[in-house]
Amino acid sequence: MSDLRELYQQTILDHTRKPRNFRQMPDANRAADGHNPLCGDKLKLFLKIDDQGVIADISFVGAGCAISTASASMMTEFLRGRRVVEVAGLFEKFHDMVTRPLEAQPEAAALGKLAVFAGVREFPVRVKCATLPWHTLQAAIKKDQAPVSTE
Amino acid sequence: MSTSISKRPRRAGRSAAAPPPGAFNPAALRADFPLLQTTVHGQPLVYLDNAATSQKPQAVLAALLRYYSNLNANIHRGIYQLSAAATAAYENAREKAAQFIQAPSAREIVFVRGSTEAINLVAASWGPAHVQAGDEIILSEMEHHSNIVPWQLLSQRTGSRLRVLPITDAGELRLDELENLFTPRTRLLAITHISNALGTVNPVKQIVSLAHARGVPVLVDGAQSAPHLPVNVRDIDCDFFVFSGHKMCGPTGIGVLWARGEILQAMEPYQGGGDMISSVTFEKSTWNETPHKFEAGTPNIAGAIGLGAAIDYLTGIGMEQIERYEHELLAYTREKLSAIGSLRLIGTAKDRAAVLSFVMDGVHPHDIGAIVDGEGVAIRTGHHCCQPVMDHFHIPATARVSLAFYNTRQDIDRLAAAIEKVKEVFA
Ligand SMILES: Cc1ncc(COP(=O)(O)O)c(C=O)c1O
Repeated sequence: MSDLRELYQQTILDHTRKPRNFRQMPDANRAADGHNPLCGDKLKLFLKIDDQGVIADISFVGAGCAISTASASMMTEFLRGRRVVEVAGLFEKFHDMVTRPLEAQPEAAALGKLAVFAGVREFPVRVKCATLPWHTLQAAIKKDQAPVSTE
Repeated sequence: MSTSISKRPRRAGRSAAAPPPGAFNPAALRADFPLLQTTVHGQPLVYLDNAATSQKPQAVLAALLRYYSNLNANIHRGIYQLSAAATAAYENAREKAAQFIQAPSAREIVFVRGSTEAINLVAASWGPAHVQAGDEIILSEMEHHSNIVPWQLLSQRTGSRLRVLPITDAGELRLDELENLFTPRTRLLAITHISNALGTVNPVKQIVSLAHARGVPVLVDGAQSAPHLPVNVRDIDCDFFVFSGHKMCGPTGIGVLWARGEILQAMEPYQGGGDMISSVTFEKSTWNETPHKFEAGTPNIAGAIGLGAAIDYLTGIGMEQIERYEHELLAYTREKLSAIGSLRLIGTAKDRAAVLSFVMDGVHPHDIGAIVDGEGVAIRTGHHCCQPVMDHFHIPATARVSLAFYNTRQDIDRLAAAIEKVKEVFA
């Protein structure tokens, strides 16, 4: 049970109960749908990217498990005000953090509060939950029309 | 683990009380299942995902080993003794499968990979010969995807359409709607015997009689009924019945399509290849007789023999006994889970078997599954391949407990304790 506590950190549970930036965005200039068929997680992500390529606003709606909801909530907080060109590198670091052993992550510090998701690495089936918001984000940035699926 | 089960304290009035001598004794049966002796996250495994697949008793494992060790040869083609013995074992398993569902003849038993392939076989072979543009097939809202998608493929190919018998909020079929769904274009009714998502037992005999009164044949998906109650296809009077070996103590990759002899005989082959022909020239081939006509290529010989062993094992216990015991255990499970506040049962039909789906306020089913797994309890979470059912209840997923005869009240007590842990984490 100790490692489950690693997974369900208080910060994560807090974001699950009260997701931040949980709202529609009628004037978004990017949006994408994400779906994890394994557990039925569904989310819709909204972005407003300004002329300088900065994420001026970001929000989401949907229904998902604790891990995917908290991941979406914390991702939106983390990314507001950052430049779109940074996203790919941050996602790579996040992905490494939830999939690779601790030693192999010299750059985890760059992820700030998102480090609470490090516990996911002990639960391979939950990697899809934690990364679904990020995959959806990438699709929104690329303006992909097809909904993202983790399967 | 086995000792903690066999030496249970005998405290009267407690769930752990030992059964009277001679009675059905799940604790003793558990000992037949090697996997049930294992631990998960350091705790004895409580396996409650039987609707997905059941565990396998030693007798089935031994049958597989015996086949490969002593009997392995291809069937229906060797003149030598070993091939003849393998053929006899394979055909003997067909006899057992026929008896298991009270089929009139083993020649009506087609071995397939499972329920999914059986339904696809009917849709691909029987379908185009009977279903044309503008025709209709009736399904129910509670079907597994495997009893939806093959018919969708058929309707796309033929220009026919699907009509859906809705369910109530209790998870029962709206039989009052059935009459309205029949039209002169109805060609087939395909219905599950027991819902894998809700546990509802459907009155298939009554449905068949309504359909036959309109001249409509009926396919019954028995994936969830064959493991849990005595099946008699003559009594149900359906035209097709399908089931999967792996859900009833048998190996994966083997299952059965039963269809009335005259229907099977009139059906075109499903796949072409060896064993399904009686003669081949480049101009024309002629088909072997049923059921071989539908079993192209080398079949899952070991799987069929393993299924035969599983059938022997189950009938040795007695399907009536299994049904009665699981019914009691389901009532106990319901009582235990209903006592947990914030938990809501999905599917409250009067006639139910083996399956209990639920959701919890403020907790996604996936998190329930992960936390109870941490306590050594395996349950399924998700849409259970029944997305229309989830849509009916406006939920993305449920947590599902599904029982087998080797589950005990102790298992259910462990489950209830694990769900309390879920509440703690999300308190
Ligand atoms: C009601 C029902 N039908 C069909 C199937 C498909 O069975 P299989 O995967 O063995 O082909 C299942 C399996 O979950 C089921 O529960």
